[in-house]
Amino acid sequence: MKKTHFHRRHIEESIVKTLMILSFIILAGSLGYILVTILIKGLPAMNLDMITKTPQGGFYLGKEGGILNAIIGSLYLAGGATLLAILVSLPLALYLGTYLRRTGWANIVRLAMDILWGIPSIVYGAFGFTIMLALGMRASLLAGILVLALLEFPIMTRAIEEVVRMVPRDLEQASYALGSTRLETALKVVTRQMLPGIVTAILLAFGRAIGDAASVLFVAGFSDHIPTSLFQPVASLPLAVFFQLGTPFPEVQARAYASALILTAIVLLISFGSRWLSNRLGRNIIK
Amino acid sequence: MTLSEQTKSLRTPLPWRQIKDRLAEKSFFLLSLVPILLVIAIIVALWLRTRPILEAKSITDLIFGQTWKPLKGEFGFYPFILGTFWVTTVAMLLAVPPSLLTAMYLAEYARSSTRSIMKPLLDLLAAIPSVVYGVWGLLAIVPWVEGHLKPFLTRWLGFIPLFSSENPTGYSILAGGIVLAVMVIPFIVAVTFEVMRTVPDGYREAALAVGATRWQTIKSAVIPQVLPGMIAGVVLGSSRALGETMAVLMVVGNVPMVPSSIFDPAYPLPALIANNYGEMLSIPLYDAALLGAAFMLLIIVLIFNVLSTLVLNRLTRRSMV
Repeated sequence: MKKTHFHRRHIEESIVKTLMILSFIILAGSLGYILVTILIKGLPAMNLDMITKTPQGGFYLGKEGGILNAIIGSLYLAGGATLLAILVSLPLALYLGTYLRRTGWANIVRLAMDILWGIPSIVYGAFGFTIMLALGMRASLLAGILVLALLEFPIMTRAIEEVVRMVPRDLEQASYALGSTRLETALKVVTRQMLPGIVTAILLAFGRAIGDAASVLFVAGFSDHIPTSLFQPVASLPLAVFFQLGTPFPEVQARAYASALILTAIVLLISFGSRWLSNRLGRNIIK
Repeated sequence: MTLSEQTKSLRTPLPWRQIKDRLAEKSFFLLSLVPILLVIAIIVALWLRTRPILEAKSITDLIFGQTWKPLKGEFGFYPFILGTFWVTTVAMLLAVPPSLLTAMYLAEYARSSTRSIMKPLLDLLAAIPSVVYGVWGLLAIVPWVEGHLKPFLTRWLGFIPLFSSENPTGYSILAGGIVLAVMVIPFIVAVTFEVMRTVPDGYREAALAVGATRWQTIKSAVIPQVLPGMIAGVVLGSSRALGETMAVLMVVGNVPMVPSSIFDPAYPLPALIANNYGEMLSIPLYDAALLGAAFMLLIIVLIFNVLSTLVLNRLTRRSMV
């Protein structure tokens, strides 16, 4: 005789499973809700001027102009910071992953990286500002790039090192067996194998930098013009959103939503782009 | 040519490559000092700039002082510390259950095809800039709290002080907590998911083989292995939440008062720094007070991070053996 056992544990199982699926639905729902909110509120004020013009006279009172200054400014800031961060992160991650591996020194360096990674961006901003004051620098593109690079390099190093660890040990050993040194192995074998991962890591850090406001708040300043030198203040998208929201004019606030939409679009583009690129580059990898 | 000469000529190209390798190692080593020196530099710089206020005021006055009047030289951080604490606590209470459940689902239930849909969604959620979260909070969460959640909760639970408030707007701890919760969820999910993957499949198979349900397997075979790691993930998440500035700043009201209800406005430390720093540097000690706030944040985050990193490292190392 067949008898179905329907115990308490089965009820528990289905309750927990339902809760899990529900949590995920809430998460996905929040993501959808955020994107839809930004899209609906941002679209009405979207027009070509927004992305092709800098603020004209009376822009912050609702007159014409756009936020090209902030778009270009953000790209300059995040681009410069990413280049600087690569210079430190890539060698550091290779060193940690291929030279040091799990030695005591490596763990100390990693702990320092983890600490840096966890420091809030507002603290980086405050730190950057004190250094700036001490050096007598003014708020500028250069200062913004430096602070954002500080913010980016722990993120990038950690992401790249994760990729270094994924490189098959056999591949490295094969390279050593042929007589290559650790440097040659790191540069010619490991780096090539990690290329898709490196690209993803760089784009991840770039995306983080372009969306960060608290760190550049004090150090980059704000300007209605596109900077022509490293020593001029520069606008950024997150701050453009923030400042426009702070005005009492509905037209300007509507533009803040449009600016938020532009920022979101850029960030999502980077996110999808990195996924696509890493899939594409992933074809050249020895699995 | 003798044999030794032959080997010598074979070896000649070697030294330069070896030298390069050694040189690279030395310069890599110097590079690895950067993160360590940077941590020290940040601590020292903020400490030096905070010191004037510590010399002028006692530390208990600063931490437990209730009045914040920089113009009169009164710097009581108590409302800000409590504001930070409340917003973070509300956010974590809201974020932890769904994060752990989602991580468990991802790690234990989801097929790899389901996972390949879920992970990108979480990545997207993590990629959204905090200002955009702030705009969303402003447009969606604040009105919702004001128009629906607050009337509802005050009506049914108003007898509990936690749920009753004089605050007429939706700019509140709860609004900040909700926005913050959505922001840290992807982060906690990512950490706890990684931690759960370190449990060898053998444990699960053993539990399943004796007839355990999936949930029983998680409860009895997986969670005991990774509990410290899950706690570490949550602690890391709360240190993220503590330092989050822009999104919270935009929805939390920024009123320096000691909150008594989740519908009260608050003024967390990061918002205090962001709103005031760089402006009124001419007021004596003001600048030291604000950097003191940054220093406080730094120390709390540092302790949280070091503790949770040590726990997580132990776990992952064990799983690698």
